[in-house]
Amino acid sequence: MLAMNYRGPFRVRAEQRPMPEILHPEDAIVRVTRTCICGSDLHLYHGMVPDTRVGSTFGHEFIGIIEEVGPLVINVKVGDQVLVPFNIACGKCNFCKQGLYGNCHESNTMATAVGGIFGYSHTAGGYNGGQAEYVRVPYANVGPTVIPPDMDPDDAVLLTDVVPTGYQAAEMGGIKEGDTVVVFGAGPIGIMAARCAWFFGAARVIIIDHVDYRLEFAKNYAKCEAYNFKSMADPVLFLKKTTDWYGADVCIDCVGCEAEGNALQTFTGKITLMQAGAATALQWAINSVKKGGIVSVVGVYGPPFNYVPIGNVLNKGITLRANQASVKRLLPKLIDHVQSGRLSPKDLITHRVPLEEIADAYNIFSKKLDECIKTVLIPSTKN
Amino acid sequence: MKTNSIDYKSIPGWGIDIDPGNEPTYPMKNYTGDDHKRSVYERSEPQPVNIELLKSNERPAFSMVFGESIPPSGLSGMIRRYAFKHSEDRYRHWIPLILADRVNAWEGIVDDLKKGTIPNIFAERGMKSEMKYNAGPFAKKALTTVAVGFALYLLCRKKR
Repeated sequence: MLAMNYRGPFRVRAEQRPMPEILHPEDAIVRVTRTCICGSDLHLYHGMVPDTRVGSTFGHEFIGIIEEVGPLVINVKVGDQVLVPFNIACGKCNFCKQGLYGNCHESNTMATAVGGIFGYSHTAGGYNGGQAEYVRVPYANVGPTVIPPDMDPDDAVLLTDVVPTGYQAAEMGGIKEGDTVVVFGAGPIGIMAARCAWFFGAARVIIIDHVDYRLEFAKNYAKCEAYNFKSMADPVLFLKKTTDWYGADVCIDCVGCEAEGNALQTFTGKITLMQAGAATALQWAINSVKKGGIVSVVGVYGPPFNYVPIGNVLNKGITLRANQASVKRLLPKLIDHVQSGRLSPKDLITHRVPLEEIADAYNIFSKKLDECIKTVLIPSTKN
Repeated sequence: MKTNSIDYKSIPGWGIDIDPGNEPTYPMKNYTGDDHKRSVYERSEPQPVNIELLKSNERPAFSMVFGESIPPSGLSGMIRRYAFKHSEDRYRHWIPLILADRVNAWEGIVDDLKKGTIPNIFAERGMKSEMKYNAGPFAKKALTTVAVGFALYLLCRKKR
């Protein structure tokens, strides 16, 4: 089968690899019909995530058709069209039982700091991902969810990560009616978080980035205010001024470890790797939220640590909330939002690329060429 | 790029998920009260271990399932085995893993050559799209690289 093959930082290719096999009685094999490149895949592609081994297949956003199931799989059957949450979750451990499917204790041998994630390095369990024609899906009784027959597959594939992560970012913000919400990062997750902030009763939503075409898209899609931080001397000061000098009620970091905008963060985080990426967005979020406000973090940071103004968290009485999205917990509500027309995730898709051209797809997304927002990879086996 | 003032309550879905109970103190998890009995649950049967699997030393045992891809090998594998002797709290865990990743990239090139394949690094870096969508900056970068290389060559020749 054809699959993505990571060869080192900034180098990927599509090549023939062995078919995945059932390795556990609760496994399924899924024939992939659509798969996306996520912004967090770029952290792997750029060599920012420790234990990303050459030969790995990335991809944690995919949908497909069940081709084979292990003997203990009862909740899905061969032929089902399923969307597969990016978290690998057993459904039985204490964390899964409490709805924390992103923190499963039985899906990652290599690290305790994160649950298992498809195609996201050995730090997240060493699973091959869905940027392939076929993929092994462990715990198939838990994750794979049958796609409603009337749902557009382009909407379904974005329900595996983008929509739940953006929604949970807003949810963790504890937004109250009338709140001002600032979202850092106008990538797909940030745009979705800004759109979902309205569901929780926000009165004002502001998105901050440095890429004009993405800001323009965000303004139209999420009905929010959009500002380029490169056009302002000091984004934190700007946000203070525009919120009556108090700061936003809620700030959401949708950027993670590859932020721009602060020379010291960039030098220590991206150039010399003295910290786990540049935590500029998190720094701005902490410094521009009001006293007693909430900072919600869904931007991905690698281990082991980042420089953030933790003293301000204490002195301002800020609540920090963060987690990998609990996709399975959120799916019923989000499927309803999509089916009712309140959300149209597929509008984020700007590029459709054959799996064979994956190297170009990564380069386009990484460098934000051709006004790329979201790329979907189409395997030749989609039919 | 400020939007015109809008009637935000007219945005489809506005307020539909308002939850006054969603305070920072209100946990998003469905608290079961079982946190202190957390080791007692029905586990799946374990996946057979047929490959070398490095385990975090912060876990008592392998997880019931695990990824099957790319067991450690070569010099990078030796570095990874060293890293996994240390907990996730230690630099001695993460820094060697990053080093191993860089070594592994070179091992990948050697592996390709051993198989008789010359890696097409130009294609692997997506240069086709670079020339299509970013031709100007790409040409500038290429010309600069050639110019600097040529200057260094001349400098070395002069010294000889």
